Amino acid sequence: MLNTDYQNDTLTVYLTGEIDHNRAASIRATIDSQINALRPRTLELDFSRVSFMDSSGIGLIMGRYRSVGLVGGSLSVTNVPDGISRIIELSGVNTLGVLR
Amino acid sequence: MNVTNEMHIRFLSKSSNESFARSVVSAFALELDPTISELADIKTAVSEAVTNSIVHGYRRESGMIYIDAKITDTRKVIIKIRDKGVGIENIEQAMQPLFTTAPEEERAGLGFAVMQSFMDEVKVKSEPQNGTTVTLTKQIVALR
Repeated sequence: MLNTDYQNDTLTVYLTGEIDHNRAASIRATIDSQINALRPRTLELDFSRVSFMDSSGIGLIMGRYRSVGLVGGSLSVTNVPDGISRIIELSGVNTLGVLR
Repeated sequence: MNVTNEMHIRFLSKSSNESFARSVVSAFALELDPTISELADIKTAVSEAVTNSIVHGYRRESGMIYIDAKITDTRKVIIKIRDKGVGIENIEQAMQPLFTTAPEEERAGLGFAVMQSFMDEVKVKSEPQNGTTVTLTKQIVALR
């Protein structure tokens, strides 16, 4: 289960817990179905409650950058906790200009 | 360098075992009183290696994954993660950042880059059709 919120053309997804390969597929499916239904101008992925993430999370971010782009929206990655900031830096996703 | 503790586990290549594997290995390393950041590094690197075995080693087949972990008197954690899957044809290419054979699964191609960046040493042994062994070593800094 993912908590989401949609207002002012912004779809916010509150990610929680551990993001690995096992969980990434269902998170991806949930977010993409909402992107296609709502066609938001901005997709915000809120990482404040994520306790662990491996490179599956990077794939998830890059994939959502593409899927929200396909409906004309942009991605924003917010509230990255210290524990996962290193893998985000290493991945270079910040070169996409999505980190807030 | 003497081994002061060791453990061995084996489990099925199910993706629900990714969290099991990284939790067990990080719990084993607790004996050395690692920092939260050292522990997170170990968890992440183990998760990458085990995911590689599941996604790439065994593809959609089911197989066993073996982890042998050791602690040394020099405060090193040595973790060997082994599968009997399809193996890696070109290890150098597989270790290149952003190289992936599973883009449709949104694999970022960063597994080995993460292991190399989060651990002190990463060794990969593989042969096509003969499985892959990844050995991860981390020096745990003494308590300050």
